[in-house]
Amino acid sequence: MSQPLTIRTMAEFAAAGEVPEVLFWVGCAGSFDDRAKKITKAFVRILNAANVKFAILGQEESCTGDPARRAGNEFLFQMQALTNVTVLNGYGVKRIVTACPHCFNTLKNEYPALGGTYEVLHHTQFINALMKEGRIKVEGGSFAGKRITFHDPCYLGRGNGEYEAPREVLLKLDAALVEMKRSRAKGLCCGAGGAQMFKEAEPGTREVNTERSEEALAEQPAVIAAGCPFCNTMLTDGVKHFNKEGEVRVKDIAELVAEAGDL
Amino acid sequence: MTMGIASIVFILLVGAASWLFGRNIMRVRRNILLGKDEVINDRKGERWGVMTRVALGQSKMVVRPVAGILHIIVYAGFVIINIEVLEIIIDGIFGTHRVLSFLGPLYDFLIGSFEWLAIGVWVACAIFLVRRNIIKLKRFAMKELDGWPKTDANLILFTEIALMTAFLLMNAADWSLQQRGVEHYVAAGAYPVSAHIASLTSFSALSTGTLIAIERICWWFHIIGILAFLNYLVVSKHLHILLAFPNVWYSKLKPRTEMANMPRIAGEVKSMMDPSVPPPELPAPHVVAGVEMTERFGAKDVFDLSWKSLMDAYSCTECGRCTSECPANLTGKLLSPRKIMMDTRDRVAEVGKVIDAKGKWEDDGKSLHTRISEEELWACTTCNACTQACPVNIDPVNIILEMRRYLVMEESRTRPALTSMFNNVENNGAPWAFGPDKRMEWTNA
Repeated sequence: MSQPLTIRTMAEFAAAGEVPEVLFWVGCAGSFDDRAKKITKAFVRILNAANVKFAILGQEESCTGDPARRAGNEFLFQMQALTNVTVLNGYGVKRIVTACPHCFNTLKNEYPALGGTYEVLHHTQFINALMKEGRIKVEGGSFAGKRITFHDPCYLGRGNGEYEAPREVLLKLDAALVEMKRSRAKGLCCGAGGAQMFKEAEPGTREVNTERSEEALAEQPAVIAAGCPFCNTMLTDGVKHFNKEGEVRVKDIAELVAEAGDL
Repeated sequence: MTMGIASIVFILLVGAASWLFGRNIMRVRRNILLGKDEVINDRKGERWGVMTRVALGQSKMVVRPVAGILHIIVYAGFVIINIEVLEIIIDGIFGTHRVLSFLGPLYDFLIGSFEWLAIGVWVACAIFLVRRNIIKLKRFAMKELDGWPKTDANLILFTEIALMTAFLLMNAADWSLQQRGVEHYVAAGAYPVSAHIASLTSFSALSTGTLIAIERICWWFHIIGILAFLNYLVVSKHLHILLAFPNVWYSKLKPRTEMANMPRIAGEVKSMMDPSVPPPELPAPHVVAGVEMTERFGAKDVFDLSWKSLMDAYSCTECGRCTSECPANLTGKLLSPRKIMMDTRDRVAEVGKVIDAKGKWEDDGKSLHTRISEEELWACTTCNACTQACPVNIDPVNIILEMRRYLVMEESRTRPALTSMFNNVENNGAPWAFGPDKRMEWTNA
């Protein structure tokens, strides 16, 4: 925990004539949201512990355009996307990892049509691979036997078919993985997608995150694991709604790994 | 000689019904093609595979086992019992009776199987009626089904029950006549179900004349019923029995959350960012029923949607699995993905009627937005629970997002908080009011 983080920008790599193994796309939530910044740092600690030579874009990173596109503003999306593609291609980026499923989806699926084709990984996939390769070892994990339920982010699960990587990581922590009534392909949304995060919910009888958090709490978990900064916010609020924040923690997969490994 | 008249009547009936069906199905096709061109012919092998699994194999139906298994019985019944129609048509034209009976043991097997399926369909449809009208399952009791959609669903189920009843009674009478060795009623076929019906209803007590009357009435009722049902399909949600197959074949194979690019806007933005890039060429005009449509961003009306979205709309049988898994709908919001599909279909049918009446499209002052409110559109989280749930791979999210594109880019209508988000992205490169200079602050603490 006390180790200072090693973080270099793409510009620094380029200046040194070096090429990083992977670009870590931090995303806006990961850069600016206080809760999500903790996820970002946890992931960096994992990357540092595994000696992954990674870069960030720093000030050259800009919103992927995902919320603008989902909210109907294609012009704004195109401006963001084309600017980002120019930056990424300028550095010759080949491989990207991100802790945000919305950035992940846009970078992986929507940038190729604009001339930006990269290998894009979600951080749970990346962490899972690091564990499989033995580049990080988490032993005697503090989550051994603890009940953990995983909330599938829509843009990772239904959107891109990745249900296993986050679960495999949790199982490596020896956690007792419990599934919610609606999980994997039938997982219920947290309520934030499609630019909902940036607006008031439309009138209804209930908030989506309350509905989902109730379902998660029904499993009586010690931890609700998330893989998306927006889901994290929604579920944290939902747990507070039921006054359970003292008993149940909402944590990103990266945070759990960093904590278990005391990284 | 009477057989001759019956044959002529029969041929005229089949001919008229087929002609009418052909005309109406071509109208549906024309209506679907009112949508924008979209070329879908990639990954053909994969498409046949998906169609085989999802449409033919009903793989997404059985996610809900009760409805799924009952539906498979009705579906198998529908497909297999229709082999019988082949025989009915030959008999009808030539005045023969059970012309395929020369198949011997195979014929016995076929007729026997049809009977088991018929009773299965009968029972399944009865259970479906109970689920809709007595148990009133939530997804069948929602207000978007009030009126015609509810009647439509019940009519379909009652018709299938009536057709199966006629088929079984026809066989019961036929079997009884065969037992009596009545001329023209060749002893052929196996009647595992209708033989019981015949004894339960004491057909043996009836005169031979009455039995022949029952057999003939049921035979005519069965074939006329099928011909009427065929024509009913085109004005009913039941069209899914035909469109499910092409609709699944043409379904989205890309990741669910991938939104289609808008090359023209990409071109304009590229040209704006780099003056050496020429602005994009305008697409070829979209001509609908003789009228050139206004080129616009996003979807105002059905003309602005891909033809695939319109096929989606005609393929929807209003089962409501999408709505029952929609997080917005589950939490009391106005949005129902099923209603999006119903509204789209009703609008395209409305446009079709104008074209039929006037010979070309004349603006009626309405659009898709007349039926679908902004509140519905802005309630969607794009989570794709609906597209995952749909047994025939219909995509309501695409319609919602295209309609949002129209609202925002053509009408500048959005939710106030989204305007702030747009401004932030445009000015700061982030959806919040933090500038690029703050982007690395997380690395400090």
